[in-house]
Amino acid sequence: MTTIRMQDLRKSFGKYDVIKGVDLEIEAGEFMVFVGPSGCGKSTLLRLIAGLEDITSGTLAFDEKIVNSLTPSQRGIAMVFQSYALYPHMTVYDNMAFGLKLAKGSADDVKRRVHKAAEMLQITDYLDRLPKQLSGGQRQRVAIGRAIVRDPKVFLFDEPLSNLDAALRVATRLEIAKLHAKMHETTMIYVTHDQVEAMTLADRICVLRDGNVEQVGTPLELYEKPQSIFVAGFIGSPKMNFLTEQFADAYKTDILGVRPEHLEIKDKDGLWKGKLLLAENLGSESFLYIDIGAKEPLVVRQDGSAHQQPGELLCVAPVNNNIHRFDQSGRPAAN
Amino acid sequence: MPMSIIKNTAFYALVAVIVVCAVFPFYYAIITSFRTGSAIFTIEYWPTSFSVANYVNVIASGSFARNLLNSIIVSACVVTLSLLMAVTAAFALSRVRFRGRSLLLLTILSVSMFPQIAVLAGLFEVIRLLGLYNTLGGLVFSYMIFTLPFTVWVLTTFMRDLPVEIEEAAIVDGATPWVIITRVFLPLMWPALVTTGLLAFIAAWNEFLFALTFTSSTETRTVPVTIALFTGSSAHEVPWGIVMAASVIVTVPLVVLVLIFQRKIISGLTAGGVKG
Repeated sequence: MTTIRMQDLRKSFGKYDVIKGVDLEIEAGEFMVFVGPSGCGKSTLLRLIAGLEDITSGTLAFDEKIVNSLTPSQRGIAMVFQSYALYPHMTVYDNMAFGLKLAKGSADDVKRRVHKAAEMLQITDYLDRLPKQLSGGQRQRVAIGRAIVRDPKVFLFDEPLSNLDAALRVATRLEIAKLHAKMHETTMIYVTHDQVEAMTLADRICVLRDGNVEQVGTPLELYEKPQSIFVAGFIGSPKMNFLTEQFADAYKTDILGVRPEHLEIKDKDGLWKGKLLLAENLGSESFLYIDIGAKEPLVVRQDGSAHQQPGELLCVAPVNNNIHRFDQSGRPAAN
Repeated sequence: MPMSIIKNTAFYALVAVIVVCAVFPFYYAIITSFRTGSAIFTIEYWPTSFSVANYVNVIASGSFARNLLNSIIVSACVVTLSLLMAVTAAFALSRVRFRGRSLLLLTILSVSMFPQIAVLAGLFEVIRLLGLYNTLGGLVFSYMIFTLPFTVWVLTTFMRDLPVEIEEAAIVDGATPWVIITRVFLPLMWPALVTTGLLAFIAAWNEFLFALTFTSSTETRTVPVTIALFTGSSAHEVPWGIVMAASVIVTVPLVVLVLIFQRKIISGLTAGGVKG
């Protein structure tokens, strides 16, 4: 059970400040997800926690003990890399046992722990194979296994699913969720740029932007009460519609945000009116792109497939007044 | 159709020329080494007589066996030391960020720009100063001048291409730099190690100028010098038969080494470690 506390954590590469003062506390046993667009510093922040990068200034504490100058293994972390990073010349067993052997574990203990982890991930059959004889999904499970055997205090994932194909990604995401349930005493930090992974896995999400923490909260908090336009646009798919000028003025605000799923097509007396540009049919749902005269087409989510034709005039209105109001600076407008 | 025949013919003619140029001198050395007496001086392209007398003479002639051993010791030491230093240097040059890294790399490369003859006099003084004159140690020391720059360069480029994540995974597993080098990188670097080691071996094995200058007694000479200093019964007679037999004996170990290690060069060893 390890809590992680960051205080004014900074990292610069030469002149470039990548992490610009992060204050964050991660609770023991929590599954924290760092999300943000590429270049926001989420991977760097993870590597600072891992000890793979030196901290420029600020403090990083595990259980109130400052670990700034400790090596990754002294910090008791384990990490799963995006590219698996298995040792190509070692068998699966040796890959998993490498760290334990370096830590001078007894032969019996090493064997027992590797087999236990292998069973947990169902890779017992591959233990004497080389990484090149495995598929991508199996390799990533071995990489996870290598991290589990070390019984880490903190478990770090750096975009572990990015290299897998879509179907495998969903399956492995489930595995990781199950893993978290089994290892509920281990603090986990997971970096991704995929907001679906963030929403499904996280206990709490930390949205990063340009080296700063934009907002921290449970997935639902971020979805329902985004503290900025950036978070509002980042969480949720398709992204929230933002309307300005006369559309926003009607709600007495500078910027009006409405999620596609909170809009519905009305037969008449809709609030906004426009021509249908395009309809995307996904079977279970469909997305309508409607030109209501705003800068960008309005996206509306609709259950089932779309029966409307492009060019058709449609009326749209927010459901139950489910809207978000932001001021000029992108923060929620005070009521 | 005629076009492809011409192309094929030209291609195989070129191959034939290359093969003849590369193999003929050695072939001629072999058939000459099996001849004796005046037969040596007739020009024959096929083996006409067979006698091992030259080989017996070479091996029996005083110091040849000793010189062969010297060559083996010197070359083996040069390869071992060069690879040891080059691997550790390559790790620093490819993986540790420090000021002046590329300047250092260029300096190492520039060492190999100087012709041997240019450094000979200075090196002679250095070797005398270190008390290495007329010792095998002196030869090992001086050969590093030309083996280290290319071993360091080749291994540095090779190591730079090894995935950083593998090194980071090892760091997370608690490996020290030495463990990373020996247990993670070395097994992945076999192809590069074999190739550079072999080239260093050949360079040290064939070296002549330093061996001639930095040794003075028969017991410390290496084979190339010994062969050059073979004399016949008079000053004007070159004992071709013995020279050719000695040359063949000296070449065979190189051919054997290349054949052995050619099989050990396994490409694509890193496959499977990272995505790809």
